Amino acid sequence: MKHTLAVLVENKPGVLARVSGLFSRRGFNIESLAVGITDNPEISRMTIVVSGDDRVLDQVTKQLNKLIDVIKVSDLDPDEAIDRELAMFKVKVDKGNRSEIIQIVDVFRAQIVDVGVKTLIVAVTGTGDKIDAIEKLLRNFGIVEVVRTGKISMNRGVKIVKLER
Amino acid sequence: MGKTTRMTGAKALIESLYAEKVDVIFGYPGGVLLPIYDELFDADINHILVRHEQAAAHAADGYARATGKVGVCLATSGPGATNLVTGIATAYMDSIPIVAITGQVPRSMIGNDAFQEADITGITLPITKHNYLVTDVNDLPRIIKEAFHIASTGRPGPVLIDIPKDITTDELDFEYPESVDLRGYKPTRIGHKKQIKRAAEVISKARQPVLYVGGGIIAAEATKELLELAQTIQAPVTTTLMGKGAFPDDNPLSIGMPGMHGTKYANYAIQESDVLIAVGVRFDDRVTGKIESFAPNAQVIHVDIDPAEIGKNVRVDIPIVGNAKSVLKMLSEAISEELNGKTNTAAWVEKVEKWKIQYPLYYHKDDTLKPQYIMEMINQLYPDSIIVTEVGQNQMWAAQYFKYNMPRTFISSGGLGTMGYGFPASMGVKMGRPDKVVFDISGDGSFQMNSQELATVVQNDIPVIVAIFNNGFLGMVRQWQELFFDRRYSFTCIDNSVDFVKLAEAYGALGLRVTKPEEVEPALKEAVESGRPTVIDFVVEREENVYPMVPAGAAINEILDLEVKS
Repeated sequence: MKHTLAVLVENKPGVLARVSGLFSRRGFNIESLAVGITDNPEISRMTIVVSGDDRVLDQVTKQLNKLIDVIKVSDLDPDEAIDRELAMFKVKVDKGNRSEIIQIVDVFRAQIVDVGVKTLIVAVTGTGDKIDAIEKLLRNFGIVEVVRTGKISMNRGVKIVKLER
Repeated sequence: MGKTTRMTGAKALIESLYAEKVDVIFGYPGGVLLPIYDELFDADINHILVRHEQAAAHAADGYARATGKVGVCLATSGPGATNLVTGIATAYMDSIPIVAITGQVPRSMIGNDAFQEADITGITLPITKHNYLVTDVNDLPRIIKEAFHIASTGRPGPVLIDIPKDITTDELDFEYPESVDLRGYKPTRIGHKKQIKRAAEVISKARQPVLYVGGGIIAAEATKELLELAQTIQAPVTTTLMGKGAFPDDNPLSIGMPGMHGTKYANYAIQESDVLIAVGVRFDDRVTGKIESFAPNAQVIHVDIDPAEIGKNVRVDIPIVGNAKSVLKMLSEAISEELNGKTNTAAWVEKVEKWKIQYPLYYHKDDTLKPQYIMEMINQLYPDSIIVTEVGQNQMWAAQYFKYNMPRTFISSGGLGTMGYGFPASMGVKMGRPDKVVFDISGDGSFQMNSQELATVVQNDIPVIVAIFNNGFLGMVRQWQELFFDRRYSFTCIDNSVDFVKLAEAYGALGLRVTKPEEVEPALKEAVESGRPTVIDFVVEREENVYPMVPAGAAINEILDLEVKS
């Protein structure tokens, strides 16, 4: 079972090491981790995807909360949250397949962000499934390099992950 | 804003320690600490110069355990800091409040593999409650304030502050903050009312309840509240190694220690309990044995200040997060209402009482010198002592054969099981409680791990008494080899290696040797009355074992024990 945690942390050096160290030390599995600053420059938000049963999730949440630099941990309901990942694929091109690649890019509402003589870079945002799907199609042309971010996630509607004051 | 004074970081550190009412620190100087040591030279703080930084950490820990105050140790960068690591890990596992201050190379050199540089905040990440690398001298007072606050509140633990040398010479406008503002740190104190009510209902209906209590009672200073609850519900109380002294061993409801070397009656009581009231404990494997078979019929109520402990090892029916003192008080009140002066446990208490008579702690008494007998004699002659221990057989005999009736009188490395802890810890204990007779119950193995501190206790006149149970073996491992490895004593024999009397004398301490039971009493009296640091070399029965014993991985009612000789 996978869970997506939204974690607000102090934006200080070493906090990422505290969080990632905790996972490896306690034997928890991180599937992905993405971190960035929030509207408050003192606070960063991590989106952590963790796999394990309810007991593991309970321990992960409690152990994270014990870190002094962790301010809040929320388990996001997958049915109530929007997920996004970003990926870039460097694909081999030749005269014959360029238009076919452009068609796929259009269908996925992806973007071509670099055009070279022998390669293109395709950038795509979306859920993990969508990115997996376009990767599968692009692989037919020859992918030479891939880079993907971890997932970021946000609740739909009025529900907010925020500081309690 | 109050008045500020311009001063160096080193001076600000000393001023901050005054503000935290630190009266003693255990330390060892070094290159990057020179500005701090220069300030310490005139400071109104007692500095104890140890002979190895590990001892500084253990001494700070012993001081904290004996007094309830935060212990402080100080070490230089690199090897000084890494030598603290075992002591910090020991304090972390047992939730002991210490603040470890380390020097660091100047900021401009950090990361360059400079002379005596080690990434001590990185190294201690998994063994501190929190740690700091000071990067701006203006942060220093706030960081020290936070460190003492974090170390001593919630579930206590060690906090490390790493201070680069140039921070100690930089100047700041010093003002010590009055409060801390940590949005990520708000420990729960008061238990949830509804949960307490639920627990009270379950406890009131219990026929065979057991109170299983540990170090959390001592940390929360909740011994009075525990006694009241035990008496209200008339339930037997088992105290873990960390909880020794939380409940008086002399009280008829006391059933001693649970687990691997616990009393049979404590283990039987847990296994037959219908409600297990666990307070300030963490269901350690040395207590539970085979976890699937632990307290199989019990509804489990678990009270702990740390939510992460609840449900970590066992399924819990009623979790209560909170400070043991406040939760036990509320629980007693709620139960008194439910029970209205009646109890349902008379038959159960009687049953447990019969087990106590049927299965007492037992060893063969003959004319050889037995460690258990020495503990009994210390108990008889000096019942108000503080007993500090090393780790292994000595630790278990010290736990079993001395009656602990007050908190903070049994001091031992429980979680990490650190050999070499006891002697340096006993220095901290004696510094914190100079009014008490302090024994370090030791083995010939453990003592040799930090025996260099004889120089410290002599130089600073810290009259602790080291009682070495000298059996020429690493006894506990030898016991396991005897029982589970066909008596193949692989590298556990250390006999005839050291003359401990001469060793003591070489350092200027009093050294005594005891080989017969009748010499025990005069030697103990001589040691205590001398008022000097003393080592007593008790040459004991070599292959004495600690019983009862639950083999690792067995259920706690599957117990090995001696047959009683009549």
